[in-house]
Amino acid sequence: MIKSEEGLLFDLKRYAIHDGPGIRIVVFLKGCNLNCAWCHNPEGIEAGPERMYAPARCIGCGTCVSACPNGALTLTPAGIVTDESLCELCGTCAAVCPTKAIEMSGTLQTLEQLMFEIGKERTFFEQSGGGVTFSGGEPLLHPDFLVRLLDECRSRGFHTAVDTAGLVSTEILLEVARHTDLFLYDLKLMDSERHRRWTGAPNEKILANLQALAATGAKIQIRIPLVGGVNDDEENILQTARFLATLPGEKPVVNLLPYHMIAQTKYEKLGRGADFQKLEEPDPEKVRRALEIFGENGLEAEVGG
Amino acid sequence: MFEKVIIHNTIPERGASSEGNFYEPKAEQIGPGMNERIQQLRKLSVETEPSLSIERALHETEFYRENFGKLSVPVLRAANFYDHCARKTIYLGEGELIVGERGPRPKCVPTFPELTCHSVEDLNVLNTRELQRYTISEEDIETYRTTVIPFWAGKTQRERIFAHVPESWRLAYEAGMFTEFMEQRAPGHTALDGKIYQRGMLDFKAEIAGLLASIDYLNDPEATDKAEEWKAMEISCDAVILFAERHAELAERMAEELGVAISNCDEDETVIENRGTRRTELLRIAEVCRRVPSHAPRNLWEAIQMYWFVHLGTITELNGWDAMNPGHFDQHLAPFYEKELAEVTLTREQAKELISCFWIKVNNHPAPPKVGITARESGTYNDFTNINIGGIRRDGSDGTSELSYLLLEVAEELHILQPGFSVHIGKQTPDAFLMAAMRVIRQGHGYPSVFNPDVYVAELVRQGKSLEDAHEGGCSGCIEVGAFGKEAYLLTGYLNVPKILEVTLNNGINPVTGIPVGLQTGDPRTFQTYEELYDAFLKQLHYVVDLKMRVSNYIDRMFAKYAPAPFLSVVIDDCVTRGRDYYDGGPRYNTSYIQCCGLGTTTDSLAALKHHVFEAQRFPMDRVLNAVLHNFEGEEVLRQTIMNRTPFFGNDDDFADSIAVQVYNDLVDAIDGKPNIKPGGKYHLNMLSTTCHVYFGKVMGATPNGRLSGKSISDGTSPSHGADTHGPSAVMKSLTKFDHTRSGGTLLNQRFLPSLLKKEEDRVKLGQLIRSYFTLGGHHVQFNIVDTATLLAAQACPSDYKDLMVRMAGYSDYFNDMNADLQREVIERTENSGL
Repeated sequence: MIKSEEGLLFDLKRYAIHDGPGIRIVVFLKGCNLNCAWCHNPEGIEAGPERMYAPARCIGCGTCVSACPNGALTLTPAGIVTDESLCELCGTCAAVCPTKAIEMSGTLQTLEQLMFEIGKERTFFEQSGGGVTFSGGEPLLHPDFLVRLLDECRSRGFHTAVDTAGLVSTEILLEVARHTDLFLYDLKLMDSERHRRWTGAPNEKILANLQALAATGAKIQIRIPLVGGVNDDEENILQTARFLATLPGEKPVVNLLPYHMIAQTKYEKLGRGADFQKLEEPDPEKVRRALEIFGENGLEAEVGG
Repeated sequence: MFEKVIIHNTIPERGASSEGNFYEPKAEQIGPGMNERIQQLRKLSVETEPSLSIERALHETEFYRENFGKLSVPVLRAANFYDHCARKTIYLGEGELIVGERGPRPKCVPTFPELTCHSVEDLNVLNTRELQRYTISEEDIETYRTTVIPFWAGKTQRERIFAHVPESWRLAYEAGMFTEFMEQRAPGHTALDGKIYQRGMLDFKAEIAGLLASIDYLNDPEATDKAEEWKAMEISCDAVILFAERHAELAERMAEELGVAISNCDEDETVIENRGTRRTELLRIAEVCRRVPSHAPRNLWEAIQMYWFVHLGTITELNGWDAMNPGHFDQHLAPFYEKELAEVTLTREQAKELISCFWIKVNNHPAPPKVGITARESGTYNDFTNINIGGIRRDGSDGTSELSYLLLEVAEELHILQPGFSVHIGKQTPDAFLMAAMRVIRQGHGYPSVFNPDVYVAELVRQGKSLEDAHEGGCSGCIEVGAFGKEAYLLTGYLNVPKILEVTLNNGINPVTGIPVGLQTGDPRTFQTYEELYDAFLKQLHYVVDLKMRVSNYIDRMFAKYAPAPFLSVVIDDCVTRGRDYYDGGPRYNTSYIQCCGLGTTTDSLAALKHHVFEAQRFPMDRVLNAVLHNFEGEEVLRQTIMNRTPFFGNDDDFADSIAVQVYNDLVDAIDGKPNIKPGGKYHLNMLSTTCHVYFGKVMGATPNGRLSGKSISDGTSPSHGADTHGPSAVMKSLTKFDHTRSGGTLLNQRFLPSLLKKEEDRVKLGQLIRSYFTLGGHHVQFNIVDTATLLAAQACPSDYKDLMVRMAGYSDYFNDMNADLQREVIERTENSGL
């Protein structure tokens, strides 16, 4: 059971320059309630720790095999094979692996530890108007911890941003909003059925939450992962633009994030290579057209974020 | 200074038929402002292969044969310089506005046999080697063999030095524990302040005449020495004036010939008009060359030509390291530019053309090649002229002006190897200038490097300079700082800090050869604590530094005695008023630098031993030392564990960083403030490596950080290759845990993929990253914008990437000119991928 003073992180990225204003640090909290086909952080989906194995780095030394307390590992010509029924995810193998071929994704960090790491970037925040971006996974799945972190950041004068897919209770979202300077709000598809098909959940709640959030006057940037053949069609873009144009308050800036397939190795490391779906990068012409459509609807849009 | 950059294209290809087949640059390859004249001059400069001229050696040999022993050494040196200026071939190329070459033509380099005399084998190697060839005819080699070599045998500076050095020094030197700069070239490292824009050579002569007239032979024990030095200074001023006058005469003669050609011909009007224009230009050149350097310049043209004559004088008189440097060129030229713009006697385009002409002149002057082993091995020969742009004025105010932007523009458009240029971004520097620099950095040429004047002013003040002199200072060569126009800050050589640790780990033996080369500080297998190990390392460090200083001091004295530089002394305060030479304590400030290499490798090796042997006790010392001794053969698990499970320098991790701080501070303590042999002169350190980290890696076995035998050590103060995994901000945090103001320069190379600089917003953030680093106390940073695929492709097919320029550690070179080790090094650098 995770206490509110601790959180499970799967990454901490310094000198992040495409996740909000200025130079930022991005805190990736583990666990997500969507399962998007194009997810490029698949290790962020599971709420618990996971074992990642990169055969290319494995030198076949067998150190992990003899270290495993449960005898779950076997060295084969193809590398290490794990008997999942015996593995308890204790992390011993990762701790002894000389090459970091085995790594645990998800380390428990206390509030103090995390704030210490974040604080290392203070000068860069101050010089650039940057700050901290909480991402995931879905950071709003850890509202208590998140709010504590946001408050700690604020008390130190760090700008805060929360990168969310919005599928949480409105109450939680609005509570977090009171502690947050900027939302990076993901929108994937306007048609709920298509949304369900590609992400595993319908979108009514997500859209309603965005409206509720906008109504509070929160500062919002919209992020749209643009995937060829999935959501880059003119109809979806047009619906998105119209929806955004009618949001209350200040018009949000739209960032289009074209799909890339560099996440493939991550799936393989998680032992989920089969889950990886090679999707299409959006056609440049469609990206151009999307920018045009947002512009026609009075929205500022750009590629990248 | 491992910094680098890649330039695409721009070396024009010569057409199949050279006859009238001029290179037509594509529009995107040249700046919109590069006019036809500049294109032609650039083409000539870039395409001409470096060659050797024996003219200077012949003049000098003849002169020494007749005059050695008749004159005091300073006067002999000055008269030798005068003799060469009077006789040397004068070159005035087509379309040139700024004139003067050290050799008989562009890219043609003289030799300096009084310092070090090339052997026939050296000349043959230079003439035939693959990299950086210097062509020389068989006939010239034969003349050298019969005339030059026999005369200088046994009399060169290099031979004097090697005849002296103690055995302990020789052993350490041959083991690669340090290098010695002054065995090949004269001590150099000179940058000018603004005095030559205020006073001409006749003004300097008048001052010297006054000093000579008031000399006190009755009471001043140095009277005779001073008198000889002053006489030598006078002669050297005359030499440069004569050199300029010979250009004026040649220009007038050429103008006259053009005049005759115009009146005698009936070609079409354009040809006649062009000749008329050139005739006017030649007459203007003659006028400029009669004005400067005798008198102070009155306008921009004269100011640039003034500097160029002084530059040529200093690099013809002697062959100093890092040649000569105009220092804050934008600040020096700005008053002329602004005055002429106001008077409408000059346009911005004309100013740009003149500056471009100067830029190309610098590129026409590759460094004279070295002798001995280095003739074969070393592939990089430029003279490290580093033009400082921006920064701080003498009065402490912001130094940027319209000229700063103009110099950046010229540098970007010309896209040539030399001169190097750097931007100086202090607290007061406007963001607009930083962003202008960012746009050039984005091009990926490796230029410009970025310096922090607020920190280096503090460095200079800490070294004892007045605040004003410190404000006027800057960086020359690569990253090393000095008080421009007032200081001799000589680089004495690189210190191989990881090698010192290696020898310590082997109780004084060089494990590569088995020869004892250092102190016996004990068998590390008997050490009970990390502190014991570190103390042994410290003892070894002090031993080696002392060895090096003893010989450097001796060499320094050899230059004062046998190879003074009276002309250089005229333009560096306070040589004239003191009546002492640049090499003899004449300058206001006298620094000897030792450049310490491999902070990253040393730190990571110590961190590995501390962590795995003494703290976690995962591996016993004996096992680690044996593994290192055998290049980790059969110990891959150990090596991988060390490489992946040791906190390394460059990740903002206090375990490793505190070791770096300790090593750095102990290097400072071992070196800084030790007296050199000049009045008030001191040793300081800087953390420069240029390409020496590659050589130093070659002389070493494996190291405890997992580095394999023969691989490069880390460069400058950058982290070891691949050791930094937390991005540039973490690297910068690690680097600023030690106090840069205790050094005379640190060096950080960061490699960025182009994707991190795509948008204007990205460049703004990179600018903010730089500001952050400088706020934290960083001295220098350089960015290489490259992608690995490009580099691999270039290695696979060099001919397709002829113009690929890589900026490493403060200098630039063509990727194809680098040897395979350097190329591999560039490729191995950590990429700060934004993905």
